[in-house]
Amino acid sequence: MKTIAIKVLTFTGMRWGVPFIKLFSGEEAKTQLKEIGQTVGIPLAAIVTFLFLWSVTASQIETSLGAVPGPIQVAEQAKSLWIEHVEERAKADAFYERQEIRNAAKLAKNPAATVKIIDYTGKPTYWDQIITSLKTVFMGFVIASLIALPIGVLCGLSKNAMQAMSPIIQVFKPVSPLAWLPIVTMIVSAVYVTNDGFFEKSFIISAITVSLCSLWATLINTSLGVSSVNKDYINVARVLQLSPMKKTFKIVLPATLPLIFTGLRISLGVGWMVLIAAEMLAQNPGLGKFVWDEFQNGSSNSLARIMVAVFTVGIIGFFLDRIMVALQKAVSFDKGAVVA
Amino acid sequence: MAFLELNNVSKGYGEGKNRTEVLRNINLHINEGEFVAIVGFTGSGKTTLVSLINGLLMPDQGEVLFKGEPITGPGHERGVIFQNYSLLPWFTVFQNVVLAVDEVFPHMSKADKEQHVKKYVEMVNLTPALEKRPAELSGGMRQRVAVARALAMNPEMLIMDEPLSALDALTRGTLQEEIIKIWDENKRTALLITNDVDEGILMADRIIPLNPGPNATLGPEFEINIERPRDKTALNSNDDFKKTRNEIIEYLMDIGTEAKTKKINNYTLPDLKPIMPGKIFKKRTEKDRLKYF
Repeated sequence: MKTIAIKVLTFTGMRWGVPFIKLFSGEEAKTQLKEIGQTVGIPLAAIVTFLFLWSVTASQIETSLGAVPGPIQVAEQAKSLWIEHVEERAKADAFYERQEIRNAAKLAKNPAATVKIIDYTGKPTYWDQIITSLKTVFMGFVIASLIALPIGVLCGLSKNAMQAMSPIIQVFKPVSPLAWLPIVTMIVSAVYVTNDGFFEKSFIISAITVSLCSLWATLINTSLGVSSVNKDYINVARVLQLSPMKKTFKIVLPATLPLIFTGLRISLGVGWMVLIAAEMLAQNPGLGKFVWDEFQNGSSNSLARIMVAVFTVGIIGFFLDRIMVALQKAVSFDKGAVVA
Repeated sequence: MAFLELNNVSKGYGEGKNRTEVLRNINLHINEGEFVAIVGFTGSGKTTLVSLINGLLMPDQGEVLFKGEPITGPGHERGVIFQNYSLLPWFTVFQNVVLAVDEVFPHMSKADKEQHVKKYVEMVNLTPALEKRPAELSGGMRQRVAVARALAMNPEMLIMDEPLSALDALTRGTLQEEIIKIWDENKRTALLITNDVDEGILMADRIIPLNPGPNATLGPEFEINIERPRDKTALNSNDDFKKTRNEIIEYLMDIGTEAKTKKINNYTLPDLKPIMPGKIFKKRTEKDRLKYF
């Protein structure tokens, strides 16, 4: 149990939890406490200092929406967002319950009657918006990976492909999501004309914008990894006379996996970062739209609510990164090489 | 006709000014069933020689013939054991060996393949480690996997490029004996590249020194006529062994010092004159002075 817990923590790059487990399982308290002081105490002190400086300076600045909120106001807003979510859910449940009773009554009167089932159309809560954002970034990430991985492998295998792709990569890599968005919007509007499609238009626009910005890291890392496979492994492939397919899947790709995952990790990070901007302009009902709506709303709580969004984005981004680190470690053949 | 033949083979790397000739006029004939060792200093071109024979490199001049046919690339009939094991770290021992078996015997049934792999893994005493990955094995065990992989291909000739040079003396001894035992069982033709004269004498029928490169050539060959099986400890008191050993080492020492004296270069120092800023072309003006401060 203890060793499993330690393994999990190490694997996900959260080594700071290890001394706690050791302490509770009764290992020498002095060393563990010292380690806790180092790995948890110092960061904690830094966070407290940050919160203190924030609350002191924030109240000094007066904006058109009132004073800049401090940590306490932000925490209050986080709580109220949660309460709103719970209330909205209760409303939705009540709505469905009423509908069911109504339909049951209708059916009891006349078994042949057609019953209508209507979806609840309340506004999306903060929680819904987070889920939408995650879906969007995941979709964008999948699109980016599907494009970047094959091209990256191709570029790594063939020098000519690399020469061909290089200028395109160099030119498009630094382009901001804000520049892509209008183009993507126009193209998607022209191509994806159905109104009852499986995806919302704004969802597709945001996802494609995210993938356009995030695919480069995967592409570059993959091609670098493929082109720099250890020469010994290539020699093995040659001596065994492996077919090109076998060489790619049994030797080149396994050898490249660590770098591919480094690329994917960076891609996911970039994707999550540009997501807010993309959603803001595409009006995809995620965190970006939340921030934009609050900004337009201009109530006295708006700034604090936007700050809640900032922290949400940061914390979710952190966890996404941890997940990628764990995945990277799981697939790498040299387990020690991954730097968290 | 010799089993493996190298006729006037030369090989170099690089172009123009950066060109280094590694091997020059190499002539080597190995007969079927023979165990030949090539000894040489590090950097004398041993690995290049091996690469020419296993087909990873092509000679610039001359020809490499295997059973009378020129070598055009790597082939299953020549099994290679690399100096640095070259195991694939993401595969288990079994998978590493089966990768080779898959290529050489594509029509073998799955069960037969498994049987085949297990037989060779057993031969190198690694059955308990069948499902382990290279990272979990010691250096000696890894080299055994490499041996098993090469043998499982059932090659007509076994080429070993300093297979044991990275191992400690004890592991080295056991592996030497194991390789000899396996070779003895089915008398494959074998070529061993090594930097250890004792190892060569213990294992080979013939020892050929490789003179240090660049432009490395093969030296005179030494026949080893010691009765097999040879025992490592008993060899130390064998007069024949001592004599051959001394001859070879003496020869290597001689060519070593020769190569070193040849290497002394004359360096001409460049003729330098200090150039003062601004003095040669024009006098410094007041404006320049401002610029400098």
